[in-house]
Amino acid sequence: MDSIGFDLVAFAFSTIRVMTPLLFASMACMIFTKGGIDSIATEGIMLMCALAGAVGAWMFKSAFGGLMFGMCIGVFLSFTFGYVTLTLKANPVLAGIALNILAGGLTIFIIYYLTGEKGSTQSLATPVLPSLDIPVLKDMPTLGRIISGHNVLTYVSLIMVAALHFFLYKTRSGLRMRTVGENPHAAESVGLSVMKYKYLSLFIAGSLAGLGGAFMSLGYVSFFSKNMIAGRGFIGMAAESMGQGVPGGVLLATLLFSVADALSVRLQLMSMPPELMQLLPYLVTIVAIAVYSYHREKKKERRQQTD
Amino acid sequence: MANEILRMKDITKIYPNGVMANKNVSFTVEEGEIHALMGENGAGKSTLMKILFGIESYDEGEIFFDGKKLDHAGSAEAIKSGIGMVHQHFMLVDSLRVYENIILGMEPTRGPMIDAETAIGQVRELGEKYNLRVNPLARVEDISVGLKQKVELLKVLMRGARLLILDEPTAVLTPQETEELFEQLLLLRKNNHTIIFISHKIREVMQICDKVTIMRAGRSEGTIGVEGTTAEDISRLMVGRDVILKQDKKPAEFGAPKLRVRNLNYINRFGKAMLKNVNFDLRSGQIMGVAGVEGNGQNDLAETIFGLTRGATGEVLADGKNILGKSIREIRDLGISYIPEDRITLGVASDGSVWQNLIADRVDQPEMKSGAFLSSKKIEALSDELIREFNIRCKSRNQSVGMLSGGNMQKVVVAREFSADPEILIANQPTRGIDVGANEFIWKKIVEKRDAGKAILLVSADLNEVLELSDSILVMCEGELVAYFEDAKKVTEEELGLYMLGLKKQEALGHGQ
Repeated sequence: MDSIGFDLVAFAFSTIRVMTPLLFASMACMIFTKGGIDSIATEGIMLMCALAGAVGAWMFKSAFGGLMFGMCIGVFLSFTFGYVTLTLKANPVLAGIALNILAGGLTIFIIYYLTGEKGSTQSLATPVLPSLDIPVLKDMPTLGRIISGHNVLTYVSLIMVAALHFFLYKTRSGLRMRTVGENPHAAESVGLSVMKYKYLSLFIAGSLAGLGGAFMSLGYVSFFSKNMIAGRGFIGMAAESMGQGVPGGVLLATLLFSVADALSVRLQLMSMPPELMQLLPYLVTIVAIAVYSYHREKKKERRQQTD
Repeated sequence: MANEILRMKDITKIYPNGVMANKNVSFTVEEGEIHALMGENGAGKSTLMKILFGIESYDEGEIFFDGKKLDHAGSAEAIKSGIGMVHQHFMLVDSLRVYENIILGMEPTRGPMIDAETAIGQVRELGEKYNLRVNPLARVEDISVGLKQKVELLKVLMRGARLLILDEPTAVLTPQETEELFEQLLLLRKNNHTIIFISHKIREVMQICDKVTIMRAGRSEGTIGVEGTTAEDISRLMVGRDVILKQDKKPAEFGAPKLRVRNLNYINRFGKAMLKNVNFDLRSGQIMGVAGVEGNGQNDLAETIFGLTRGATGEVLADGKNILGKSIREIRDLGISYIPEDRITLGVASDGSVWQNLIADRVDQPEMKSGAFLSSKKIEALSDELIREFNIRCKSRNQSVGMLSGGNMQKVVVAREFSADPEILIANQPTRGIDVGANEFIWKKIVEKRDAGKAILLVSADLNEVLELSDSILVMCEGELVAYFEDAKKVTEEELGLYMLGLKKQEALGHGQ
């Protein structure tokens, strides 16, 4: 391979790197959806949490403190969204859009207030989360270079997929949450509290969105910059639907989007027009959703014919 | 078997909109019996059972179960005391497995995990005991309606229910599944469970029930033992009318047939045959009432003729042309109008204004346009004329239809459909749930159409409406036409009831009349 050639190992490494925030986003969307809650607000929640992460790390002088602060803000915003849509019965799409727009403006206002700049928090000294070398793996030739040396949250996100699978399909609360999300009447008919499990799903999804957001400013880069979520919350929604709402499927769908994301970064480095290349992940999202929906409809049609 | 398990005393329930669903209803059930609760739709049986199960509040009365007074604190208390309900619409989660649905809310656990093995074992064991065999690992979305019902029964039994309320359990079942259900119910009774069986099918009640309580118009008409009574007795108690309105009209003069229905068959999307070989002629100057207990195909008949269903076979001939499979636009263009059963979803666009709804069927007609554009002058003139003629009480033609009362909303539908000057009018429950004034007005309009030589098919669950308004009457039962009376005056409500409930059937109903 020549110097501008394609370094597959580096590409695989960066795919995993860009996958981390997307995976948190799609897992958050998955838990929202499982609890029967619209996941449209994920984008805005993540953006606010990205700022909360940076500001928290600066305030507490600790990246871990920032992470916790980001998670708390995530849960707080998620509960707020839940209160407005479930208790006050506001239209979830409108409430979600409102939250997303609010996040866009409010984050800029806050960084301007704190730093006097409107673009980013680079002037605040913020510690970042450490990267992790995995003892045995890191010494393996190719695999070590791909899998080892990522941010600690990257590993957390992958463990989270397995943990959520266990939670949803093996535990009592998981079963009840899925019931409440799919058929609240069935839950009521056996005397379960629908609201309790809806708020459980808000809590988990809010924490995940918080982790994903905080990762952006504490690991992905070391500061908050405006609009830094850049549609990842929405890509998470797409991955959730393409992965059919099961953790493994959502992981695979997220991986696909991450490949597109990493590819767009790579191709920009290879002197392709960056404006065009930045389109790539979004283009893949649209195409993937279209293909997926087409197949789902076909399948439904076929099923109806055999009935 | 003299051990009284349930006593509901003087239950009165008035809905916030003023409808009295139950009036001083008393209802007693003894342990170990299958007790039928019968009545037509809207008689108040479901309301009474929802009150018992704690999902509906009540205004007056007391409930004693097993000697203890039940406070009204939601279904959790009812479940805990040993009352279980199988709802008409199943309360199951489709994507979950059978055993997960059954153990929901009472999952056995081992550490942090659900103990699936124990759960599956419990479900199997219970299934063996009551002969309700369902594969615990199947997904609910993949199993038949009959099996889903077994899952519901298991769900209720798993919670230790001793009194089971079954809300029209056979409505969704095939005859074979019904037989199977009955065997299971008899087995449950043998195990000293008590069953309340809501139904309006006399034959089924006679077959498996010990006692029957009959409700009509929110009141109890009494409880009788099934042994020693006849289907006719039950029918007489069940079907009756309170004459509120009378309609004077000239004797009918029937003309040539306008609509011929031949060998009409329709199977709905759940695979149930809703129309079985239906044949009749509708003539000009005739109001043909279609009577039947709800859900016996009357609505499907009206919708199929107007092109709202897909996949029906046979012929529907309007002026000799088969309209089956044609679009609604084409059907309307042949001079057929339709007043739908559900005015809110099919009859009007609630957010639209009165004038928009009035011209909805004719926006593309030249009479509404000047040049390429809609003419607001023509539209306004027409709307105002219809509002006046049909006495629609609205602030202005710009008011949104959703703001109008039920009666006035229905008048908007009637005004639009009648002013299209149809040759054939299909009126599906034209006066359901509206005030007496609007009711009278709509009746008058229908009679005017008849006198002008139009043909009217009137589907109604209101027996009074069928008997007062119709010139001739068809009776449907389980998708079949079971009776035709050329002269509606010659039939009594008792007789109609026997046909509606499937106790009698005219044999010579092959090919029109």
